[in-house]
Amino acid sequence: MTQTQVERRSSEKWTLETPSLEELQETAWRLSREILKITTKAGSGHPSSSLSMVDILTALYFGGVMRYDPHDPNWPERDRFILSKGHGAPGLYAALAEAGFFDRELLPTLREFGSPLDGHPDMRALPGVEASTGSLGQGLSIGLGHALAARLDERASRVYVMIGDGESDEGQIWEAAMSAAKFQAHNLTAILDYNEFQQTGPIDEVMPSLEPVVDKWKAFGWHVEEINGHDIGQILEAFNAVERVESQPQIIVAHTLKGRGLSPFEQDEVNRMHGKPLDEEQLETALAELDEMRHTWAFTSLPAEEKPTRVTAENKYGEV
Amino acid sequence: MDIGKRIGLDYGLPTRNAFGEALRELGRENENIVVVDGDVGNSTRTQYFGDENSERFFNVGIAESNLIGVSSGLAASGKQALAASFACFLMCNAYDQIRMSIAFPRMNVKLVGSHSGISIGEDGPSQMAIEDIALATSLPNFTVLAPADEPATRALTRAMFSQEGPVYLRTGRTKTPVVYQNGADFVIGAANRLREGRDVTIIACGLMVAAALEAAHILSKRGIEARVLDMHTIKPLDRGAIAAAARETGAIVTAEEHVLNGGLGALVAQAVAEVEPVPMSFVGIDNTYAESGEPQELLEKYGLTPDDIVRAAEEVVKKKRQ
Repeated sequence: MTQTQVERRSSEKWTLETPSLEELQETAWRLSREILKITTKAGSGHPSSSLSMVDILTALYFGGVMRYDPHDPNWPERDRFILSKGHGAPGLYAALAEAGFFDRELLPTLREFGSPLDGHPDMRALPGVEASTGSLGQGLSIGLGHALAARLDERASRVYVMIGDGESDEGQIWEAAMSAAKFQAHNLTAILDYNEFQQTGPIDEVMPSLEPVVDKWKAFGWHVEEINGHDIGQILEAFNAVERVESQPQIIVAHTLKGRGLSPFEQDEVNRMHGKPLDEEQLETALAELDEMRHTWAFTSLPAEEKPTRVTAENKYGEV
Repeated sequence: MDIGKRIGLDYGLPTRNAFGEALRELGRENENIVVVDGDVGNSTRTQYFGDENSERFFNVGIAESNLIGVSSGLAASGKQALAASFACFLMCNAYDQIRMSIAFPRMNVKLVGSHSGISIGEDGPSQMAIEDIALATSLPNFTVLAPADEPATRALTRAMFSQEGPVYLRTGRTKTPVVYQNGADFVIGAANRLREGRDVTIIACGLMVAAALEAAHILSKRGIEARVLDMHTIKPLDRGAIAAAARETGAIVTAEEHVLNGGLGALVAQAVAEVEPVPMSFVGIDNTYAESGEPQELLEKYGLTPDDIVRAAEEVVKKKRQ
């Protein structure tokens, strides 16, 4: 760790107690169950888009990556997480409740009239939500603003922005990319939830020219890490690596499964049930599959040196 | 003839310059102010601030969407953020970003759009903002300001920083007739009564305030005494002043350098219809884009001269007497 990072980590608000990988997987399992249950109860929402990023959210909030204080959500020194792909709200809400920003009992009120858990995140309604999102493409620019403010105020805060692969169709993503490199925003990390499906079909069909996405980000002046987005060990390694990057913003290209490999989602080859909750029967199936997965959580037995790891549904029951 | 010349008004700085000077002063007083520029700082005059404060002046390039998002993030982390571009590019190009990243979460961001109206002249319609007031006033949580001249712009630039929340301020490119004394008082949301009259009220904003004063002078010679209100704050609208104008003068003309749909006139009419229905007439751009030309030629062709206001006032006074 550099000097700054040591100082950052030793802030009195934050003690670094990283849980074991098994504990983190258990947390991700819990969040996954919540995502499925609350969207089914709501009868709408985006469970598959939430599940694809659930392990990354787990690493960020519970793996010792982000500093925050749920009892002081506006603590100026905190790290910021911005969910630019705002339709992943159920995933964010599950993580924030788990972190203690609000009572877990609120989760089943998702999308209900009078609930602060709107269909898409509203920063004025719910503590821990750093930006109101849902119109795609805007979160990375907002994150850059936070990163520049931290630099001006000499705060060690880092900013993490989750963007989608479909969302990368938006021009504003690339405006933000270009300017973040210009400003050498080393305290800004984007995560690309590369789940390979957007609303009307696979990325391969809707916008195949997203590829070569790693080359694009490199060409825009960013440091790139490419990982299996369901392997919490790899995710933590990547977050560690990007903290050491100086004078460049960084992106973690995370290969994920939209719906996290659960069969009801996998069966939809068009868009992995984009924006659709499971019915009661599918929910039972999915929860049972989640239980089975608890010992084979990362979907892959590939060693780290073989990165980049393309996750496939076929290897989901591979050995840990 | 140039607006205001007939009544001896002097020409002052373009309102964009007055804004730039006021921003530079504010930058010296308040270290928390940051400015984001869409690579037009030398046009919007935010460059005056940038020259003195390079570390808190961010040129994000010709990228209005990103301009708004970056401002929103700076504000969310506690900075007093201002973003500026040409009014048309700011409001029309980045409208969703303004809606989603500033208006909806009530971010403390000040937006300044220069080159408003058709008086920008030679650059032509692609550069002219004639829809920005309608767009800005449609946004919940926004305050919308359209200063008339140099002193008004200085005062309102300062005033907008003294209140929390999103503000849009509209400036112009050309030299503007001066209707206020330096140091004149401005309260956001309170119209200024610049001339008293009992027969009709002319409610104007921006460059058209000087035109309204000149029109009132001409009308007076023809036996019609016009009250003139500078509605520098278009949102929230001063409904009290509008109600009093309707009640006390019985007829209203509005004048704006903006399309008639959704601008000052439409908003005043909505208030008048609610509080005290009286005959009204509207001076503004009638459902068209303009063209290149000298400002004065354009104002004449598109019906934005003191004489146009006079005609509208005479017509509305006639209706009132029927």
